[in-house]
Amino acid sequence: MTDTQALRTAEWPTEPAASLAITPATVELDGVEKIYGAHRALDGISLKLEPGEFVALLGPSGCGKTTALRALAGLEAVDGGAIRIDGDDVSGLPTNKRDIGMVFQAYSLFPHMTVLENVEFGLRMRKVEKTERRARAQEALDLVGLGERGERYAHQLSGGQQQRVALARALVTRPRVLLLDEPLSALDAKVRVQLREQIRRIQTELGITTLFVTHDQEEALAVADRVAVMRDGRIEQIGTPEELYVTPATPFVADFVGLSNRVPGTLTSGTITAAGATFALLGAAQPDGPVLAYVRPEDVVLATSKTAEGRAATVVASSFLGSLRRTTVRLEDGTLLSVQHEVSVQPATGDTVKVGFRGNPVSATPAE
Amino acid sequence: MTVADTAALVADAAGDTPRRHPVAEPSPRRRRGGLAKYFGLTPFALYVLLFLAIPTVLAVSTGFFTEDGAFTFDNILGIFEPTVLATFGSSFWVSAVTAVIGAVVGALVCYAMLGTKSSGALRTIVDSATSVLAQFGGIMLAFAFIAAIGSQGLITTWLADNAGVDIYENGVWLYQVPGLLPVYVYFQVPLMIITFLPALEGLKSQWAEANATLGGTRWTYWTRIAGPVLAPSFIGSLLLLFANAFSSYATAAALISQGSQIVPLQIRSALISETVLGRENMAGALALGMIVVMVVVMWGYSVLAARTSRWQR
Amino acid sequence: MSRASKLAGPVRLGLAPSRVTRWIILGVVAVVFAVPLLSLLEFSLRDGFTGSYTLSHWTGLFDPENARPYRQLFQAIGNSFVLAAVTVGIVLVLLLPTMLLVHMSFPKLRRVLEFICIIPITVPAIVLVVGLAPVYSVVVKIFGSGTWTLALAYGILVLPYAYRAIQSNLDGVPVVTLSEAARSLGAGWPTVVWRVLLPNLRRGVLAAAFITVAVVLGEFTLASLLNRRNLQTAILQISSSDPWISAILALIALAFAFVLLLIIGRLGAVGNRNQS
Repeated sequence: MTDTQALRTAEWPTEPAASLAITPATVELDGVEKIYGAHRALDGISLKLEPGEFVALLGPSGCGKTTALRALAGLEAVDGGAIRIDGDDVSGLPTNKRDIGMVFQAYSLFPHMTVLENVEFGLRMRKVEKTERRARAQEALDLVGLGERGERYAHQLSGGQQQRVALARALVTRPRVLLLDEPLSALDAKVRVQLREQIRRIQTELGITTLFVTHDQEEALAVADRVAVMRDGRIEQIGTPEELYVTPATPFVADFVGLSNRVPGTLTSGTITAAGATFALLGAAQPDGPVLAYVRPEDVVLATSKTAEGRAATVVASSFLGSLRRTTVRLEDGTLLSVQHEVSVQPATGDTVKVGFRGNPVSATPAE
Repeated sequence: MTVADTAALVADAAGDTPRRHPVAEPSPRRRRGGLAKYFGLTPFALYVLLFLAIPTVLAVSTGFFTEDGAFTFDNILGIFEPTVLATFGSSFWVSAVTAVIGAVVGALVCYAMLGTKSSGALRTIVDSATSVLAQFGGIMLAFAFIAAIGSQGLITTWLADNAGVDIYENGVWLYQVPGLLPVYVYFQVPLMIITFLPALEGLKSQWAEANATLGGTRWTYWTRIAGPVLAPSFIGSLLLLFANAFSSYATAAALISQGSQIVPLQIRSALISETVLGRENMAGALALGMIVVMVVVMWGYSVLAARTSRWQR
Repeated sequence: MSRASKLAGPVRLGLAPSRVTRWIILGVVAVVFAVPLLSLLEFSLRDGFTGSYTLSHWTGLFDPENARPYRQLFQAIGNSFVLAAVTVGIVLVLLLPTMLLVHMSFPKLRRVLEFICIIPITVPAIVLVVGLAPVYSVVVKIFGSGTWTLALAYGILVLPYAYRAIQSNLDGVPVVTLSEAARSLGAGWPTVVWRVLLPNLRRGVLAAAFITVAVVLGEFTLASLLNRRNLQTAILQISSSDPWISAILALIALAFAFVLLLIIGRLGAVGNRNQS
């Protein structure tokens, strides 16, 4: 059966085998710096993970999230700051002594070994005796639903299956920390969605402290306890997915997490006037002047009836997205707005509609 | 390019699918014309028939006939004469020794090249140098070595004058079979580098990183992961080097002006003089023997090359 | 670098050798490999057996006074260039059109063609010559005993290299699509091949030509055992009377081949950049 079907129908053990029980650890990055010549890949980032927490590092390419993860793993050297696991400073420890589990984006399974031999590898490095090794590896494979595939080779498995094996391999040694470097980015969209849920479930059951790197904000919001948004080597905001979405600390976060309309307006003493409505300013105080306000599509209200209140606008395009609709409208002053609404409202191109705003506080950047 | 390409060619035929243009091409539609279009192939087919197929068949089969045309196993049996067997033995020995030395030294150089930029200066220099030296023709190479370690060679005289060492104390070995060893190694090492470097560069960094995260050391990486993954490619290259040395003629002809110490030289004798060991078509028999060896070795190489490409996709 | 820098990175992981290791290996190998070449150069500058050095061997090559004793030598060199030209001709006139034809009209025969072009690797020159001798007795009767007929056999020898060079290029060009587009615009087949396909195959064809030249100039086995005179047999023959000339010719031939292969390498690099 296909990968996605297998994921849906697999009977994951509700209680992982005792052999996989781990003691979760705290992880701390304290002012970590990494410098490449003139470029500061990591600019003094600080992050603390509580035991058993699932934290996502989110950001665009080049923001330093993978560098941070690799620094934690010991695969990159750091030029400043400290890295602590369970309070012990591991900055001086090489990778193989840090007791971590890591899942890479792709290609990490050893091609000349069977799946079972791959999973056993970490136990072999720890000199675990053969029968125990086999048994624990088999249990780890059962945990990810591939118990029957132990004798296969990596090139005989699909991408999703390979990543599951990689996960089993990382977990079987009972590491203190689990590191995931964009493990789903190389997979098909459907497999991605289902596999991330499975990963989260396993992580919750095992209670292992996890750091998950991704550039896909939807993915980060869906699976993590907390999300750290990174940009240019710095953390812009750390918070729960709700906090990031509803109260973005900076315009970059507001723009990066979820969709936003950028509406030109004016800021006066903490109140923004834009598109004929007023909004409170979210975040740090800014000097008065022209700004771009970030308004979420779901905070814009669309009404098709002629007697509705709000500003007049013309429908430019409308897309059906299954569970909701997204319509682009143009206001009289030419501003384009993206509106998210229920599917029952079906505006056609050229229609005149009325738009209003829910009035939640919004982020803003000074307009150029 | 050059010799490396032949190795890649065999590997391609063995298992890889050919690279296609990224935009899928329509399959060529059958054009009208029936048999007429086959005429386009006849010039090449004729050419290959005349200058490859017929000579190969002749080479392989003349061993089975006497000068008069009678069928005989006499010539083939001649291969098992002690002198001829000794010739094959020498050929095997020289090919094996130079293949092993070439493989080990070549692999070391490939290892030393790991981690360098593929477009960097060092890489381009090594690429060009190995291309040229792998093709360094037999005659010219032999002369270079005579100039270096011949009786009046640069190194010979330098050693004699400055270190009091006479490398020819026990006879001048350069112009005999042992002299072939250093000379063959000279083109074996570049050939090894050309064929093996792609395999080494095909080692994914994720494997080394995964090894580290799972608690392994450099030692476990090389012995448990990189070693086994590279083994088919290494042995395949070794076989290619063996075949290369086994089939070399020019170098030996330049260094060893008389005698038939290795199979190619024996063929030379057989072609120049009418009979060898009292048999008439020994050249054909020897050619057959050589082809059998070459086919076995090249078949082994193609099998291993297919295995390698499967793992390093 | 910080204290931690030694702990991470490719060297620690086993991915790359340390700088010291790298340069020791490369240095030793480079020196060892330079020795024969330098010895050849040194030898060519030796003044007979007197122990001093002279440029006379080099200048003597171009001295018109030496034209007579060197006549046979220059003839042999000329032969080699003629052979190279004819062999390139065979590649361009026989192999290239056949490859195009197979690529466009006979895709199933591709594997067959590939196999044919591999055979010369398994059947080396020393074996092939055993069967070529009788064939050449017939060839001589038809075409005479000029040296150029050797090119017919050389064409076979270079098949693996030329095939590979052209095929790499061919794989990257959408030949069928281009020819169909040209035909739909009204071009006849000669125009399609000359104006549309060949310009796109320039890189592979040039590479094939250069490799052919390099191989032909270095070929000894067939020439020697079929009793023809080319550059390599001449070098061998003249070495007994004038070893210095042999050394000089060897160096020049090597340098020439080096330049040819360098150009091919640069062609390949440029081509890759254009296609990426």
